[in-house]
Amino acid sequence: MTALVLIDHEGGLLKQPSRSAVAAATKLGEVHVLVAGSGVQAAADAAARLPGVSKVILADAPAYANALAEPLAALIVALAPGYSHLMAATTANGKNVMPRVAAVLDSQPISDIAEVIDADTFVRPIYAGNAMATVKSSDAKKVITVRAASFDPVPNEGGSASIEAAPAVDMPAGSRWVSAELSKSERPELTAARVVVSGGRGMQNGDNFKLLDPIADKLGAAVGASRAAVDAGFVPNDYQVGQTGKIVAPELYIAIGISGAIQHLAGMKDSKVIVAINKDEEAPIFQVADYGLVADLFVALPELAAELERG
Amino acid sequence: MKILVPVKRVVDYNVKVRVKSDNTGVETAGVKMSMNPFDEIAIEEAVRLKEKGVATEIIAVSMGVAACQETIRTALAMGADRGILVESDVDLQPLAVAKMLRAIVEKEGPKLVILGKQAIDDDMSATGQMLAALLGWPQGTFASKVTVEGDSMTVIREVDGGLETVVLNLPAIITTDLRLNEPRYASLPNIMKARKKTIDIVKPGDLGVDPTPRLVVIKVEEPPKRQAGRKVASVAELVDKLRNEAKVI
Ligand SMILES: Cc1cc2nc3c(=O)[nH]c(=O)nc-3n(C[C@H](O)[C@H](O)[C@H](O)COP(=O)(O)OP(=O)(O)OC[C@H]3O[C@@H](n4cnc5c(N)ncnc54)[C@H](O)[C@@H]3O)c2cc1C
Ligand SMILES: Cc1cc2nc3c(=O)[nH]c(=O)nc-3n(C[C@H](O)[C@H](O)[C@H](O)COP(=O)(O)OP(=O)(O)OC[C@H]3O[C@@H](n4cnc5c(N)ncnc54)[C@H](O)[C@@H]3O)c2cc1C
Repeated sequence: MTALVLIDHEGGLLKQPSRSAVAAATKLGEVHVLVAGSGVQAAADAAARLPGVSKVILADAPAYANALAEPLAALIVALAPGYSHLMAATTANGKNVMPRVAAVLDSQPISDIAEVIDADTFVRPIYAGNAMATVKSSDAKKVITVRAASFDPVPNEGGSASIEAAPAVDMPAGSRWVSAELSKSERPELTAARVVVSGGRGMQNGDNFKLLDPIADKLGAAVGASRAAVDAGFVPNDYQVGQTGKIVAPELYIAIGISGAIQHLAGMKDSKVIVAINKDEEAPIFQVADYGLVADLFVALPELAAELERG
Repeated sequence: MKILVPVKRVVDYNVKVRVKSDNTGVETAGVKMSMNPFDEIAIEEAVRLKEKGVATEIIAVSMGVAACQETIRTALAMGADRGILVESDVDLQPLAVAKMLRAIVEKEGPKLVILGKQAIDDDMSATGQMLAALLGWPQGTFASKVTVEGDSMTVIREVDGGLETVVLNLPAIITTDLRLNEPRYASLPNIMKARKKTIDIVKPGDLGVDPTPRLVVIKVEEPPKRQAGRKVASVAELVDKLRNEAKVI
């Protein structure tokens, strides 16, 4: 039994959610990984050092440059005969590509698994994480995306896998990548950060999000947001935490001016420690918070920054 | 051109679902059901394309129990022209749904299918991509802006790091993200008009698809409950607790 894991990477570095997907795959048997892109030898070298990985398949071609679903899915389908499980992290890329692979293989995908029971049986959250379903697949090949927050990532170093070139595949036409407008930030990525500080509608505008900066700086935190804050244009879409945004499970999650809707909780309730700052003592966020502070955030945030500074 | 919009009947997003005591699923009896919110966004986008003169006809399709007709009526009231119900009491999983949608696409010949990026009950986020693969069409998932220009379409997508722009040749598949548009409420006259629009009813067998689930649900359980903690009186106390009790900073 061998699993193939599609790796997300950028600038020669592997994304942490993919290391969590590798961790899930190691529970199934032998693990190979696929690194696809253009000029991605460095990422393949990095993948070869992941503990538990025995082979890296390197697909280095211009067609894979921007991770379009159509060519990537065609490649994975071509590699599929050698594998029992085809896997990726539940990232925008994994969600875009893997169901496409599954349909061609006549397999029902198993999305966003949080636990591996055995080779056919997995636990996955449904209804915004308000229920956990144990599901058993009867398909010959399992196509799986992995909830990164549920598996500790394998370390970056420790392995020494071989690297092998992928076979050439007929490229489907029909889609073309034009451009990307990515948020630039010096901060850690939301899904990989040890601490996340999130703001909601209570922040009132985008400028006020700057109040979070000294706190995030001090704690080495990523900054997130509720959907309301994203919809209102305070911050870009990639800040959204929740059922339909990013799922995070940091050591510390600080929710500021966020009411705690089911859809928001779905994205952060597995955090180790949750802090809520809200002026409404009835806000549902306090039902999941380990430490709640009923306060006006415009008073509390400068105080918090000062208190952390005091060290 | 014709646009096909699959609309799913799901537990309303405001409902806090409860797991059944026999662990076979979640309680749906007596629970408010609504159209999947992402599918409202899909219908809205299709209606806007029709208002711009890009689309000529919008077909809303729902698959599931007879009550899915209500979901189709909602789509018709928002501006879809007619409906198709694929009636089945079986637990329809995305692979079966995608196969049945393929059969409908082959019969109806739409140039665009707009789906939700995920259904908020089962959260699979799979059906659109699977339909695209079965048809061999390109896909623009998690769309936050769609512009049709002749035989192609520009799609701005919400990805993990921000936004990405792709161009797709038609026919193509779109899945909607939250920021694509704000769906309209159906007006009373339109709700009345929708009653006269037709809904065709077919069975999975009529579409040549065996809908038997490939994923068997063994059990459904409550996730571990989080205990509410306590309130702190001041920022100073909060920082002290985080440092000395939780030891996370
Ligand atoms: C299909 C669908 C998907 C969704 N997906 C997501 C998702 O992925 N993520 C998500 O977050 N939401 C999602 N939502 C939206 C969700 O239902 C809520 O609407 C949203 O989370 C509310 O955001 P909020 O808490 O910032 O705003 P509100 O609910 O308006 O809460 C604002 C809070 O700020 C507090 N506040 C205001 N001023 C101050 C102040 N000066 N000091 C302190 N506190 C203050 C208020 O007391 C209030 O509790 C989704 C909804 C739908 C229908
Ligand atoms: C534990 C469990 C319990 C379940 N219980 C039930 C149940 O009681 N009743 C039941 O009907 N199903 C039940 N299901 C099936 C499940 O809810 C989904 O119908 C199925 O798995 C499709 O996944 P999805 O909707 O998350 O697809 P996604 O891929 O997330 O859906 C994306 C989009 O595809 C389209 N789409 C998907 N399904 C349909 C559809 N049926 N009709 C029209 N458009 C559609 C919509 O545009 C939707 O926005 C259950 C599944 C599990 C795991």
